[in-house]
Formats: sequence, structure tokens, C-alpha cells
Amino acid sequence: MTASITENRGEGRREKGEGEKPSSILLNTTAEDHHIARMAAVALGLTILENAIPSPLPGVKPGLANIVTLIVLARYGWRAAAWVTLLRVVAGSLLFGSFLAPGFFLSLSGAVCSLLVLAVARHLPSRWFGPVSHSIYAAFAHIAGQMGVVYVWLIPHAGIAYLIPIFAAAALVFGTVNGLIAARFMENKTDCPQITQIRTD
Amino acid sequence: MNSHESIRAAILPHLKAGDWLTLLLGGLCVVLLTLKLWSGDLADRAVIRSGGKIFREVPLSRDQQIEVPGPLGVSVIRIQQRKARIVSDPSPRQYCVRQGWLQQAGEIAICLPNQVSVELTGSTKKYDSLNY
Repeated sequence: MTASITENRGEGRREKGEGEKPSSILLNTTAEDHHIARMAAVALGLTILENAIPSPLPGVKPGLANIVTLIVLARYGWRAAAWVTLLRVVAGSLLFGSFLAPGFFLSLSGAVCSLLVLAVARHLPSRWFGPVSHSIYAAFAHIAGQMGVVYVWLIPHAGIAYLIPIFAAAALVFGTVNGLIAARFMENKTDCPQITQIRTD
Repeated sequence: MNSHESIRAAILPHLKAGDWLTLLLGGLCVVLLTLKLWSGDLADRAVIRSGGKIFREVPLSRDQQIEVPGPLGVSVIRIQQRKARIVSDPSPRQYCVRQGWLQQAGEIAICLPNQVSVELTGSTKKYDSLNY
């Protein structure tokens, strides 16, 4: 899988039986790598699903893949959530053919901003704040990051300010819904929504 | 009725006190943004008049300084960060200079003695006591 290989490049490769088979490359993957790859695959599936939903305004999307990010954040910590999110953004852009196109940088900036906010928001006292709060803060950060890139790079015109209330309202609604869905998933003590049929090794 | 109950049961247990606070803050944020950004018309052009005729019409997106000649001398107009103002003017009472930065569409600074004015316009023309 693309996700798995990308994830393990940092660890380098280790040859088995030096000199015997120089052409074979073995990537040693840990259980955590497999888990991250699996989660990124689920997020990618949701991204594709979401692209099939018609949107009244370009840019207003439910962001269903963030449900996966929220669950991974709660279960496995921020590092894993960042991996899953960034893998989803890169692999998703490769799938849709928008890698390094403006759309890619828009989703990347949104993802990076919401990850940064999540890094702070996850330290909110869990007695009072749940996934719904995380989701709403991340959604607002996402839209703020995107609007920043749009204004600085794509459309440096004050006219885009007109769209901000619409995007903010969408962030609030979809952030709440995604947070509730994530909370519902984590309510069952079973492990996260996994695709066990796909073997990554 | 039954489905209504089940929806309540699906949502309410997942909302803690802080989540309600976040929802409230988010809602407040949306309302404030809407009021702020949708109330006034954002200006995007400045119309500079001299002696009643249009001298120049410039976009607010580019920062620049414009010198406008009038019967008394030269008025200097500055466009900066999507705002416009008259920086200096030979008029005796300096009303237009003291008016400061103009930002909203429909705002206007007039130097009557030197017959120079700067008016901001947006995408739609608004009516007020000057152009009704």
C-alpha cells in the first residue's frame, strides 16, 4: 500500500541475507505502521465518498475523513492522528490528480491548521470537553487556514470576506455532526472502524 | 415521536458542559462574523474627483499615493491596506484631512476649497443624502 510504504521510508530498509538477493527490498513495518495505514485507508475511503456528494458551494464539504482523525487522536494520540491526516491529504490528492495543484494546498493548509489546533485542544480537561469540542475547533481552524491561503495566494480580494460567514456556519454544523459521529463510534468499546479484510503486509 | 426520542438519546450523552460552551462560542462567532461582514458594503474602488470631474478611479488593492491638482494647490491622497485618506491639502480648515481613513463603500472625503474629493465605492451603489 502506498500509505504503508510512505510511512516506513523514514525507518530505512534492512536487507535480509546480505549479498544473496540485492534486488529485493524489504520494508520492516511495525504494528503501529499497519494501524496508521489502515486508518488512513478508511479516511481515504470517506474522502472519496464525500467527493461524490454534490455541494451547493465549492469548498463547503462535510469533511467526513476528520471523523477518523478524531478517533485516532483520542485512541492513539496526536502523532498518529497527524500521520493519518497528512497521508490522507497526500494520497487523496494523488487519487484525484490534484497533487501540488491549488486544491491540494488548500486541503493541506486546512489539515495542518486543524492539526495544530487539535494539539492544543486535546489538552482541554476531558471531564468537560469531548470529541465534539475538538471537532468544532478543528473545523474552524481548517476554514481559517484555507481562507488564509485563498486570500494570500489565490484571490487577494476583500470580496472573499463575504463567503466567510457561510464557511463559518458550515464549519460549526459539520464540526458538530462529525464530532457526534466520532463520539458515537468511540462509545462502543470495540476497536475503531477497521477494514480487517485488507491485509497491508 | 419514537424516532425523535432516539435522536435525543444519540446526541445528548455525547455533549458535555464544555461542548455546549464550544457550541455557544462557535454560534456566537458565526453571528458576529455575519453581522460584521454582511452589514456594510466593503469598498473596492476609490473615485477621485477634481473640479466636479472624475480625475482617476483606482482600485484599493494596490497601495499608492496620488497627487491631485486643484485651484489652490495639490491634494495628496493615499491608498493603503484597502483604505483611503487625504494626507495633505491646501484648504484652510483641513476638514477632509482630519476625516482620516475611509473604509466602507459610500464614505467620502471632500475638500471643498480645493474642489477635490475621494469617494469609496463597492459592488453595489448605496443611496445616502449625497447621491439620493
